[in-house]
Amino acid sequence: MTTLTNPQKTVKPASPLDKSNSSQFSALLKRHKISADEYQRIEASIERVPTLAELGVFSAMWSEHCSYKSSRVHLKRFPTTGSDVVVGPGENAGVVRLEGKMCLAFKMESHNHPSYIEPYQGAATGVGGILRDVFCMGSRPIANLNCLRFGERSHERTSYLAKRVVKGIGDYGNCIGVPTIGGSVSYDKTYNGNCLVNAMTVGLIRDDKIFKGFASGIGNLVVYVGSATGRDGINGASMASDSFSSQESGERSTVQVGDPYAEKLLLEATLEVLEKDLVVGIQDMGAAGLTSSSFEMAGRAGNGVFFDLDKVPVRAKQMTAYEIMLSESQERMLMVIEPSKWEPLKDVLLRWGLAHAVIGEVTDTGRVICHYQGVEDINLPVAPLTDNAPMYHRLIAERVSRPIESPQLKKLSESLRSNDFAKDTFLKMLRDTGSVEPIFRQYDHHVGTKTVYGPESGGAGVLWIRSEETASLPWLGVLVSAGCNERRVKNRPLVGAADAVLTCSRKIFAAGGKPIAVTDCLNFGSAEDPTVMREFSDSVDGISAACNNLGIPVVSGNVSLYNSTDGESIHPTPMIGVVGKIDDVRRAIPAVAVKTYQLYALSPLTFNGTLVSSLAAKVASLPATEGFLPEQDWKLEKSASELLKEWIDGAKILAARDVSQGGLGLTATKMMLGSHCSQRSAKWVATNDPIFEEVGATYVIELDDKSNYETMNSQAKAKGMRLFQLTEELHMDLLKAQTSDSHLLHLPFGTLSFSEMKSYWCQAHDM
Amino acid sequence: MIQGSLNLESLRVGVVQFPGSNCDVDCVDSLNRHYGIKSKYIWHTSSTIGDVDLIVLPGRFSFGDYFRSGALASHSPVMQSVKKFADAGGAVLGICNGFQILVETKILPGMLLHNEKLQFICKPVFIKSQSSRPLKIPIAHGEGRYFADQNVLNHLEKNNLVAYRYCDENGEVSRESNPNGSLQNIAGVYSENRKVLGMMPHPERACDLLLGGSADGKEILDDFLKRIAL
Repeated sequence: MTTLTNPQKTVKPASPLDKSNSSQFSALLKRHKISADEYQRIEASIERVPTLAELGVFSAMWSEHCSYKSSRVHLKRFPTTGSDVVVGPGENAGVVRLEGKMCLAFKMESHNHPSYIEPYQGAATGVGGILRDVFCMGSRPIANLNCLRFGERSHERTSYLAKRVVKGIGDYGNCIGVPTIGGSVSYDKTYNGNCLVNAMTVGLIRDDKIFKGFASGIGNLVVYVGSATGRDGINGASMASDSFSSQESGERSTVQVGDPYAEKLLLEATLEVLEKDLVVGIQDMGAAGLTSSSFEMAGRAGNGVFFDLDKVPVRAKQMTAYEIMLSESQERMLMVIEPSKWEPLKDVLLRWGLAHAVIGEVTDTGRVICHYQGVEDINLPVAPLTDNAPMYHRLIAERVSRPIESPQLKKLSESLRSNDFAKDTFLKMLRDTGSVEPIFRQYDHHVGTKTVYGPESGGAGVLWIRSEETASLPWLGVLVSAGCNERRVKNRPLVGAADAVLTCSRKIFAAGGKPIAVTDCLNFGSAEDPTVMREFSDSVDGISAACNNLGIPVVSGNVSLYNSTDGESIHPTPMIGVVGKIDDVRRAIPAVAVKTYQLYALSPLTFNGTLVSSLAAKVASLPATEGFLPEQDWKLEKSASELLKEWIDGAKILAARDVSQGGLGLTATKMMLGSHCSQRSAKWVATNDPIFEEVGATYVIELDDKSNYETMNSQAKAKGMRLFQLTEELHMDLLKAQTSDSHLLHLPFGTLSFSEMKSYWCQAHDM
Repeated sequence: MIQGSLNLESLRVGVVQFPGSNCDVDCVDSLNRHYGIKSKYIWHTSSTIGDVDLIVLPGRFSFGDYFRSGALASHSPVMQSVKKFADAGGAVLGICNGFQILVETKILPGMLLHNEKLQFICKPVFIKSQSSRPLKIPIAHGEGRYFADQNVLNHLEKNNLVAYRYCDENGEVSRESNPNGSLQNIAGVYSENRKVLGMMPHPERACDLLLGGSADGKEILDDFLKRIAL
């Protein structure tokens, strides 16, 4: 093979940017989202005027999306270490030890901006992108989750966005054969102009088979693998680092188009070449495509890369170097190999029918140099674009504090004493957070035959892991959950963000597992808004506090800023994903009633409920900022989770669900509505606590055997908790039981039939 | 393991792999854990299938299914051999995309169209054969609506070649229990010699009570494997 670095043909330098017309020049910079200061910095770092392609490279690499320039200073505060951490933040995905040599690789990532512009492809390629982040390390994906946020249901765009996003996620995940087993969804007017599509992938990986993105070994070949490069998604990274304006809506061409079949081929081929040890470094071409993968791989290895862009497989005519370097065409990988591995690598790629080409080689220049059609379009040092990218200490507003009490919430609390108002609120809450079945029916949640509890079970996703590496634990299980209550974060970011970690962890405790580690996807408004940066900074501290209290590290994550339209930022939404484990998955329990409607509450001795940023307040149209959230009681949280563990290990309980939105009343009702046991009637028997107030350290559980109650209650009391009955099952007249209308739930504010409740519960998602 | 004199462990099973197959591993795993069968994979470009007693065509997206599901796979080299094998009386089990490939290859009659509601559906359903109780088993497909002309339907009915029909938990075959709009609630059909079975539901996903709360898929596999092993 001929060497690429010394082409026979002579190469002309590309012409530098024309700065003679200053208004045109500043428009060019603006289009590339490069500030005047940043441009000065570019010239200083390369000691000349850049070419157009080079400006494009800087624009992509210094975008918020790639450089984390406004968030990096904060992200350093996350706790990222621990005995189970194998690969911490900064790599394609985080890795934690599961059992023996077997580890979990996982990460969550946003695809908000593309999904708002073109929801089907935006969401689909979001799934594709996070899958590649996980499998390019050598990990086989075993589960997908997604967290979606849409505008209020009455908004004209919401139904369209929700339907197309769900279809995009389904079509992509189903085709590639990774089960989608959980996530969260909500609707709020804060997302009217910016929907959120966050996708998470969890994969299995052996600790001695973890591959990283290093362009190591001078003279090694750089191989392009996967779909050909087109003009789709050019400059997507900088688009995703910008706010929207309702006046402009011509960004569709910056959205990529997904091909899940190509991804499946890429997945299998990648895992095969990694298993056969054919590559020394690998990275997917995600945001900023060939640019970010090459600069990042060169940066990590302290090397340079030479590219002959004429060799890149393209699918559009007359593409420029700028376009080839910045295209975000999907389903592509960059591999660095020793020259002797080229033939065996080619065999694998041919077998999977993947396009491939040697497009460059690793050099010792510390520069990325690109030649295309006889012109040297790019000749840039690596460091200014990676390690030395700008890092900003953005202005941060003062922390807001408000009185805990709010007159509006007091009024709401009084109104809820009226039975009619309470009933109306209850039905609205049922509709607001109703059944996600119309969504998850469109996702394959069984493929892979590991799913013990999927979305039907209402709680954490539970997978049964069978592998030779974990043969000592034949019933080993992995648990996953993801979500965030944005109203709580908006109210008090420190507490609300901690609450997101806590809620995901509670779901894992409730299913019988132990949380191991956290990933996050931090969706916020404009980085130039000091209020937003206060929310961001406090959220980071809140997440860190929760992680420290729960003893779990943050090992991967993603930041999405500029989720704002016409100057209006979304509620801060630090989406959290938690993975956990259970040694015997047969012990795991669901979050819906299994046998009876006889439910109990495990809660702190003193009722700690509040209507602050509650679901009841949301359906009463009160803003999230009414009142002030109290801090969590970590000691009680620990007591509750320890009791649950003891009872689940001892097979004392059949089902458990953490109490969050809608309080005890809604949580218990959902356990019945989601249940597969034949319908029956029940009566609420707990009378003291307000049933819609949202409480901490509380779970609704189904006891296997009522006669264990006394013992269990004493165990609870010993830990400052109590166990009390919420609902009693009613024995029915068999004749009356023939119609579903006769299955009733007697609540403190009145009686509802299950069929009426279902009519609200099933209206939640218009699919 | 199945009781009795049948030794299914020695059954030679070939599982065909198309580039986009994604239930291949699940099928091999189920046959291994529940029957001790060590299957071999057969790559789609292979023009021979070797000495086997049973060919399994696993589920899902063989070539991405952008065109009619299974249409491209039916023209792959391996399918020519599978067709010869089936014509000569060989046993074939096609699940989901495998069923789609069987009808595209005309090893089984009929067609599989887009679901009535034009949406992918993943959910547990009930199916039953003429002799079985209602069996709980998951479906996961976008194109599973069985369709055939009246002559074919008459022929299937007359010769008892409808293997499974969608029903409710009480065994009633009704409009409500039909998840995708299949004609006559057909979920699976047999070839004339009943050695070839194509079905949309996934028995390999319902062999462990732990996974989705039903092991009824095993009864389906038991029934088919016993018959072909005789």
